[in-house]
Amino acid sequence: MDSPASDSLNGATPQQGGPDTVIRVEDLTLGFDDVPLLEHLNFDVQRGEVFVILGGSGCGKSTLLKHMIGLRVPMSGRILIDGQDITTVQGEARQTLLRKIGVAFQSGALFGSMSLLENICLPLEASTALAPDARALVARMKLRLVGLSGYEHHLPAELSGGMQKRAAIARAMALDPMVLFLDEPSAGLDPVTAADLDQLILRLSGTLGMTFVVVSHELASVDAIADRVIMLDRESRGIIGEGAPDWLRQHAGHPAVRRFFNREPSEAA
Amino acid sequence: MAASYAHLNWEDNATGPVLLRLAGRLDAETASRVWEDALRGLRSRAEQPVRIDTTAVEYCDGAGVALIVDLLRQPRGPQAGVSLGDTPEPVMRMLAPFRSGDFPAGADAALPRSRRLRERLAEGVHDLGHSLYEQIAFLGEAAAALAAALRHPRRVRWRDALDIAQEAGANALPIVILIAFLMGVILAFQSAVAMRQFGAEIFVANLVALSLLRELGPLMTAILLAGRSAAAFAAEIGTMKVNEEISALKTMGLDPVRFLVVTRVLAAVVVMPLLTVVANMVGLVGGGLVMLTFDVPLVTYFHQVTSAVSPSDLFGGLFKAAVFGLLVAGVGCLRGLETRSGAAAVGRSTTRAVVSAIILIVVADGVFAVVYFHLGI
Repeated sequence: MDSPASDSLNGATPQQGGPDTVIRVEDLTLGFDDVPLLEHLNFDVQRGEVFVILGGSGCGKSTLLKHMIGLRVPMSGRILIDGQDITTVQGEARQTLLRKIGVAFQSGALFGSMSLLENICLPLEASTALAPDARALVARMKLRLVGLSGYEHHLPAELSGGMQKRAAIARAMALDPMVLFLDEPSAGLDPVTAADLDQLILRLSGTLGMTFVVVSHELASVDAIADRVIMLDRESRGIIGEGAPDWLRQHAGHPAVRRFFNREPSEAA
Repeated sequence: MAASYAHLNWEDNATGPVLLRLAGRLDAETASRVWEDALRGLRSRAEQPVRIDTTAVEYCDGAGVALIVDLLRQPRGPQAGVSLGDTPEPVMRMLAPFRSGDFPAGADAALPRSRRLRERLAEGVHDLGHSLYEQIAFLGEAAAALAAALRHPRRVRWRDALDIAQEAGANALPIVILIAFLMGVILAFQSAVAMRQFGAEIFVANLVALSLLRELGPLMTAILLAGRSAAAFAAEIGTMKVNEEISALKTMGLDPVRFLVVTRVLAAVVVMPLLTVVANMVGLVGGGLVMLTFDVPLVTYFHQVTSAVSPSDLFGGLFKAAVFGLLVAGVGCLRGLETRSGAAAVGRSTTRAVVSAIILIVVADGVFAVVYFHLGI
C-alpha cells in the first residue's frame, strides 16, 4: 500500500501473491473519464477468507468492485484473479475466468420476468451441459442453501428485499465460483434480516470454503463477517486501513479509520 | 495433476450391494458427462441395492453434489435402496446441508411452462374475462374523472396536459405532414391514372378531398398517434407502476386516473382534431401537386375540392378524430396501469397498447361509417 497511514493485519502483511492468493490487485488506478477516483491500490485476497471493502459513501467501493468483476476498465494497473488479469483477458479465456466469479448486485438484479428457479438455471444453461432436470436440481439445492426452498416458482417481485438478496446470492453461486462478490448485501435491510444474511455468508464460507469479497459500509455486518478489511477514503484516493476489524478498531493509524470503527463523528461535525 | 474428467464404474456383487464408484473431478462440466450413464445404470439394476463410493473423487462442487443427491433420491424398491458408502470429508461437507428427501424425483420437471394445454386455455379465458372487466371498470372510472374535470376545470393539471399536448401533438407534426403528403400524392396519382382513361381527371379532386376529410385524415393520424403516444403513455405509466410511483400517488391521496389519465386523454382529444386538420390540408396539397402534372391548374383543383366537400364532411371527420384521440389515450393509459412487475411487463404493456389502440380505431371507424350513413352525414 502506498498510503503512509495504512495499516496491515496485526502488523503483519499477508503473504503477497502466495499460493493461497485468489485475487491480487496491483497498482490499480481507476476513475471516470480522466479523473482518478482511487489511485495506486495494492492488496491481495486470500483463498477462503471473507474480505470486506469498506468506506464512506462515494469513496469508490462499488466502482472498485465493478473493476474487480471486469465491468469497467481501470486507468492503469492489474487485477489478477486466479493468476489472470481480468482487465485485459479476452475471448474464451475471459469466459473461463468469468465462470470463476459470481456477483450479487446491490439491487439483486434478478430477472423480473423469470421465477427464482429460472433465474438460477440461466447461468447453468449458458455455461454447462447439464440436462434440464439436473439444472433444476442444482438450482433447487442452491435455493436450499440460502434458505429459499419452496420459493422456486415465485417471481422476484413477490419476495421481500432480504429474500431477493438471498436469491441473488443463490444465482451468483450457481456455477460454484471461486470467488463471490457481494455489493452492499445488507443495504436497505432491517437488522434481523441483515444479521440472517451475515450468518448465511459465514455458513457458506465455512461449509463451502468459498472466498467472499464484500462491499459494505454496515459496521455491524463488517464486524460479524469480515476476516480482513480494507478501508477506502475519498480524500486520500486510496486505502487508509487494512486488517482485521478488531485490530483496526484498536490500532488503526489513520484517525478516520478509528472514527469509523468507533462510530465517532467527523472533525467537521 | 488433478483429473479433468469424471468416471464411474459398476461393481456387481453376488452377496452384497452393487458398488457404484465415482471418481475424478465432479463439477458442472464433468458431472454432466456421467450423469445420464449413472441414472441408466441405476435403472438397469432396479432390483438390487446400490452403494455409492466416492473415495476416489478428487474434486466435487455443487453440480457433483447434485449428481450424488439425484442418485440417492431415485425411487427404488424396498430391498433395492441407494446408499452412500465411504465418503471423503470434503464431499461429506458439501453434502451436509442436503437430504435426498428434500428433493423428490420428478419435482424438477414441474416447471410452470410445462403446464397442460387445458390449464393454460382456462387461464387464458379467465384473463380475457378479467381484462374485459378491467377495461369496462376503467372506462367508467375515466369517464367519471373526465366529467369531474369538466365540472371543476381548476383541478385539472393543465401544465401537464399542455406538455403532453406538445409531445403528442406539436412534436408529431413532422411525421404527420410526411405521411399525409405522401397519402395525398399516392391517392391522387393512383386514381388519376385510372380516371384519365375516361377523361375524368378533374374528379380526382373529389376523391382525394372526400377520402381525406372523411376517412383517411382522421384514420392515419390516429394510427400515428397510437404508434407514438399510446406506446409512450403505456411505457411512462407502466414504468411508474413498476417503480411504485402509482402506489406513492395513492398513498398521497391522489387518484392516479385523475392525476395521470385525465391530462393525457384531454391532451389527445384536443390535439387529434388539430393534427387531422393539418393532415387534411397537407394531403390536399399533395393531391394538388399531382394534379398539376396532369395539367389541372391549382385554381381548378381548389374549386373542385370546395364544391365536392361540405362542412359536415370536415366536421364529421374532426369529431371522429377527437373520439380516436380519446380511445388511443385511454387504452394507452389503461395498458400502462395494468403493467405488472419487471422490465418485460413494460414492453408487453407497450405492445398491447399499440395493438389495442389500432383495433379500437378500426372498430370505431366502422361504427362511425354506419352511424354517419344513417344520419345522412
